[in-house]
Amino acid sequence: MSDERNIGEAILDVKNISLSFGGVRALTDVSFDVREHEIRAIIGPNGAGKSSMLNVINGVYHPQQGEITLYGKTRKDMKTHYAAESGIARTFQNIALFKGMSALDNIMTGRNLMMKTNFLQQAFYLGKAKREELEHRAKVEDIIDFLEIQAIRKTPVGRLPYGLQKRVELGRALAAEPKILLLDEPMAGMNTEEKEDMSRFVLDVNDEFGTTIVLIEHDMGVVMDLSDRVVVLDYGRKIGDGTPDEVRSNQNVINAYLGVSH
Amino acid sequence: MEFFFEVLIAGLLSGVMYSLVALGFVLIFKASGVFNFAQGAMVLFAALTFVSIHEMGVNFWLALIITMGVMVLLAMCIEKVVLRRLVNQPPISLFMATIGLSFFLEGLAQGIWGSAVHGLDLGIPDEPFDVAGMFISQFDIFAALMAGTLVLVLAIFFNKTRVGRALRAVADDHQAALSVGIPLEKIWALVWAVAGGVALVAGLLWGARLGVQFALTLVALKALPVLIIGGFESITGAIIGGLIIGAGEKLAEVYIGPYVGGGIEGFFPYLLALLVLLVRPQGLFGEIHIERV
Amino acid sequence: MFYREAGEFKTSYAADKAILPIRQDRWGIMIILGFAFLVVPFIASEYYFSAILIPFLVLSLAAIGLNILTGYAGQLSLGSAAFMAVGAYAAYNFQLRLPEIPLIISFILSGGIAAAVGMLFGIPSLRIKGFYLAVATLAAQFFIEWLFTHVGWFFNNDATGSISLPVMVVFGMELDTPVSRYLFTLSIVAVMALLAKNMVRSATGRAWMAVRDMDIAAEVIGIRMLNTKLLAFAVSSFYLGVAGALWAYAYLGTVEPQTFDLSRSFQILFMIIIGGVGSILGSFIGAAFIVLLPILLNVSAHAILGDAFPSGLLSNLELIIFGGLIIFFLVVEPQGIARLWQIGKEKLRIWPFPH
Repeated sequence: MSDERNIGEAILDVKNISLSFGGVRALTDVSFDVREHEIRAIIGPNGAGKSSMLNVINGVYHPQQGEITLYGKTRKDMKTHYAAESGIARTFQNIALFKGMSALDNIMTGRNLMMKTNFLQQAFYLGKAKREELEHRAKVEDIIDFLEIQAIRKTPVGRLPYGLQKRVELGRALAAEPKILLLDEPMAGMNTEEKEDMSRFVLDVNDEFGTTIVLIEHDMGVVMDLSDRVVVLDYGRKIGDGTPDEVRSNQNVINAYLGVSH
Repeated sequence: MEFFFEVLIAGLLSGVMYSLVALGFVLIFKASGVFNFAQGAMVLFAALTFVSIHEMGVNFWLALIITMGVMVLLAMCIEKVVLRRLVNQPPISLFMATIGLSFFLEGLAQGIWGSAVHGLDLGIPDEPFDVAGMFISQFDIFAALMAGTLVLVLAIFFNKTRVGRALRAVADDHQAALSVGIPLEKIWALVWAVAGGVALVAGLLWGARLGVQFALTLVALKALPVLIIGGFESITGAIIGGLIIGAGEKLAEVYIGPYVGGGIEGFFPYLLALLVLLVRPQGLFGEIHIERV
Repeated sequence: MFYREAGEFKTSYAADKAILPIRQDRWGIMIILGFAFLVVPFIASEYYFSAILIPFLVLSLAAIGLNILTGYAGQLSLGSAAFMAVGAYAAYNFQLRLPEIPLIISFILSGGIAAAVGMLFGIPSLRIKGFYLAVATLAAQFFIEWLFTHVGWFFNNDATGSISLPVMVVFGMELDTPVSRYLFTLSIVAVMALLAKNMVRSATGRAWMAVRDMDIAAEVIGIRMLNTKLLAFAVSSFYLGVAGALWAYAYLGTVEPQTFDLSRSFQILFMIIIGGVGSILGSFIGAAFIVLLPILLNVSAHAILGDAFPSGLLSNLELIIFGGLIIFFLVVEPQGIARLWQIGKEKLRIWPFPH
């Protein structure tokens, strides 16, 4: 779905990434780029290495080979807080919310990087600390409105149904006002209605805030509808890269999904 | 030089006894993933029960059998009352429950049998062997042999038998083990009973050496650094860790102690363990757990 | 709760964020504080102050300290008593060797030293987790215990290894009565509890809880492990250090080698398990429990069996009951009495409906 959004230059460049765990090769020599303001999908059969790829971009896993160029700065070893400070936020496949806190507090943690007061100021909660807390609270409430989760904001997330947890997690990622949003199967386990809602959120985020989105998804319909370009992984290697139409007619991709031995 | 070896060997031998206590921990951890802080209290409980029954005039071997029976019963009670209800809770909760359990058992043991110190005579002569000019305690050797045998038996049990395999499955993942039909409750009762047996042997050996008294529980605390160095899941680790701690603490006390006022034995093992952890967070033999997101 | 929240709608985030959003709760706390500061001094006996109220307050402070580290930040520590010891001995030595420093300042400095020591022993927490960390904190416990009982400088080379604390002098006044010590302790604890409450509800507290709940996700958000964990150790140890100083000065008057031993560490841990992990209120509840239970046991034992009750049995009974209670709470309500209190309030809120 490419209207004339101003898709810019490549801001994230992944080059020759190879990653292994012990004897298992998760990724082999994967390279692709992500352009500003676009919605980039990563697809592939299970175990293809998609989540590992996101983890590498984020700095959670460290590749044995390859490098990542973010906004022109190249790093072999991405650190998680550097990624966070550079404006990358993400959601996880198996929801990584803070189960002991409420939905509101979870989303507020997304603002932590932007909070400047130190613990002592917060302990006294006068003036600056109070102002800052309420300021960020207002922004977080905007996100809560955007995601339509007002009713559950004080509920401990452990008690929320799966679909709502996913929304809260998205909210936490959005709270950081990221430039690049990495979404790991945001629609997993949802019914059609929920998927439509989530798709709408993703599009709105991209539209309203211009956030670049890298998205792992299994639902082909969603991928074809939402994304500008697609990367296809299989057994840790890249087997396709292009627009949804190009990828759809790529024989290698078809073989991979149909399970034709290759 | 000979003095050094004397101290070293004494340390190694007492280290084997530490390994024995650590073994009880490892057993329970391997089989149920629970770090049983109450192991020390179990050592005390077993020793006190045995000694009290024996002092009432009961024959040594009979007293041993009765005490073993008591430990088995205790294991079953613990499984039923404590473990079963905490199946789904995070390991930290189970650990804290065993802390509570240790207090409970200490209070119970002393409440029933009294807190006086009991001597324990295992019939081993007190004279040291003279080996190449060094004096080595007969008792230490006997204890080391006993402990070593037990360790060997348990190692074989764990690695070569079907039950042992089931135990390892349970330790890895309770839910998965349940779903393949492993009878969790029976396994746990079995493991705690075995650990109780180990506690009994440890209690007898240490009790003979120190006297049966409350301080026995502190011996068990000493086993913690052993576990750290050796990793919580490895029987070999428990042995090697015990040797390192035993030797280390004796040598430190003898050679460093006089310069700093003595009493180093109390914390030296812990510092040693801390140093090992900083280098290898999973201990020398522990398994590395990869966290996946 | 014979009052409801119905009709209390918040019209600003500030109002929603208040510690006591319900008007009646605010009144309740005002009344309790007023009672504690203005009424109790006149109605309680010396025994009450010395044996119940002061230790309760000081232990609550210690429990808050441990709760910050273990309850909020998720770093299990078995060495709390060691940090209390640091605070106590530091305060003693400050007063001994630098008597010009006012007492309150020396308390703050002692807390600071405890915080520094806490950070030192907290460094391993970056690589070590769970039980391993617990055992590492035992290293702190044993080492510090040894330090304060073997290195003469700390206890002024007293032959018995004990130290004796002089009467406190604050703002020129001598605190030589139990009432005065009680009020002094109450003020400190009230202020520090408020600061703690603010901290745990702010970004700092959220960072701690994030690290506790899922540290990888916390890192991904940009929360720095090093800073967050060390801060938890520092703040926690500060609280424990001040508690230790208070324990020595306001409660015991002396410190013996076993005052801050391993059992004390366990005692504080029990307080937060029973009272409520990750709850400031729970720290108070747990402390109350630990202080009152032995007294209750003692009283009821004597009531039932008269003076013939052997005291040795009593202490064993305490062990049995505490151990049993720990297990009970972990099985029934791992989040302690504070959670039961919360559940109770919720049930009352929607009564007579079951849910």
